Amino acid sequence: MPYTPQEILETIQMVENYHFDIRTVTMGINILDCASPDIDLAAKKASEKIKRLADRLLDTVTLMEKTYGVPIINKRIAVTPISLLAQSAESDDYLKFAYMLDEVASTLGIDFIGGYSALVQKGMTRGEAKLIESIPVALSSTNKVCASVNVATTKAGINMDAVLKMAETIKKAAELSKDRDGLACAKLVVFANAPEDNPFMAGAFHGVGEAEAVINIGISGPGVVKAAVERLPDCDFRTLAEEIKRVAFKITRVGELIGRKVSEQLNIPFGIVDLSLAPTPAIGDSVANILEAMGLERCGGPGTTAALAILNDAVKKGGSMASSAIGGLSGAFIPVSEDAGMIEAVQAGALSIEKLEAMTCVCSVGLDMIAVPGDTPVESIAGIIADEMAIGMINNKTTAVRIIPVPGKKVGDMVEFGGLLGSAPIMAVRPFSPAKFVRRGGHIPAPLQALTN
Amino acid sequence: MKEKEHVVITVMGQDRVGIVAAVSQALAQYNANIIDISQTILQDIFAMILLVDISSATKNLVELKEILAETGKQLGVNIVVQHEDIFRYMHRI
Repeated sequence: MPYTPQEILETIQMVENYHFDIRTVTMGINILDCASPDIDLAAKKASEKIKRLADRLLDTVTLMEKTYGVPIINKRIAVTPISLLAQSAESDDYLKFAYMLDEVASTLGIDFIGGYSALVQKGMTRGEAKLIESIPVALSSTNKVCASVNVATTKAGINMDAVLKMAETIKKAAELSKDRDGLACAKLVVFANAPEDNPFMAGAFHGVGEAEAVINIGISGPGVVKAAVERLPDCDFRTLAEEIKRVAFKITRVGELIGRKVSEQLNIPFGIVDLSLAPTPAIGDSVANILEAMGLERCGGPGTTAALAILNDAVKKGGSMASSAIGGLSGAFIPVSEDAGMIEAVQAGALSIEKLEAMTCVCSVGLDMIAVPGDTPVESIAGIIADEMAIGMINNKTTAVRIIPVPGKKVGDMVEFGGLLGSAPIMAVRPFSPAKFVRRGGHIPAPLQALTN
Repeated sequence: MKEKEHVVITVMGQDRVGIVAAVSQALAQYNANIIDISQTILQDIFAMILLVDISSATKNLVELKEILAETGKQLGVNIVVQHEDIFRYMHRI
């Protein structure tokens, strides 16, 4: 037997006992060549191209799932930022693209389609402004479309006009989807340093530096890492880091295998494996619980940032040995609503928005799936976004904000988004206003870190 | 000669008379060739692991998976069928 029974059972147990899965196979598709002054023609061409390239995506992924016995939870598509395609059109009705994407996603049977996006870190074109304007209606009247807007980079600084605009957009999107507790906001991300090859939603888009089409993989596995940490309750930090590296190596190898095989079957190049440790609302599949298994009474208390730094770094070290192409976000995710341990930590009073902000300095991706009271002022949301963008800009990393001001809800209430999006306790926002600051207008200059040439 | 295609079949559950017979009969019926077989008790679970070449089999991996799932149900054991590659990727550098 080329493998020991222990090895074989370890693999099977990862799936059966510890929620190991491939979170997503995401196909990136370039649709820039579908641009046309006639908006209907552009939408039709894009729809045909996506359907042609992704025709066999679902079947192929299902076959891989059965062949290797590893669940693949989501099948997704990311397209070129729609603002780049739409601005050639003479019409202002960009919603046609949103409806087209939603229809394509439903027809292909995939879970999400990302790329209703704009990159405005330095300034905004007319087309980008129109796209952002259309986001609230686009997200509240479609099911599978995800939007993202990049408002900052280390090289360009922070576009504060766009930050304020995005805060208004988030409020509008929440209002328009108030019958579903502001669900539209769960499909909208504001980014600093957005990666072009991210397979994870809501922020996936197919960057302009990418090939015609590409397969990107997002792995999961907090449950597997937690089980490994629990096996070593008393060891020192080096031993702990070593064990996390081993586990990260193994789970990333599966991502690499699935990526290569899907790519082979579809004859589309394999892009990257994203090393992010993505939690799910299932009990035991929680990043917060890993930190607690390391020895914290509760995630969010003193020591949390250090524990997360160890975890994130060890996952990257192990994972980077396992794949020939790492990319995307590649860092532990700390979405509140999608992680049962984070939810408990908030309810126990251990975890606040401010502590989450500190944690985003040492991991991916940012303030993710945070529900706040519906009456949170636009300026406060802009302030929260600006803080997070500053962390990304200064530290040369991707950061993001996915915040849901839930209409009619107060601190302590719960909201239910369903599925992978989970449920969230409404978190408190500090009542002190940044209104004068965020309404100054203009652009925060690029930091000294940008001057690397 | 066709390229070898190896799958790993893992049978887990309560040990009882006839497991090996039932599984190997199902495999023989579809011309799947057992290359290696081992039995062990791990963490109180009975586990039988078979390495099987299905390159000349009359059913593909997905079909065999369904057939063996049925066999497993009748025996009261859990049967997992996976392509060998997942173990090679995960456990061999």
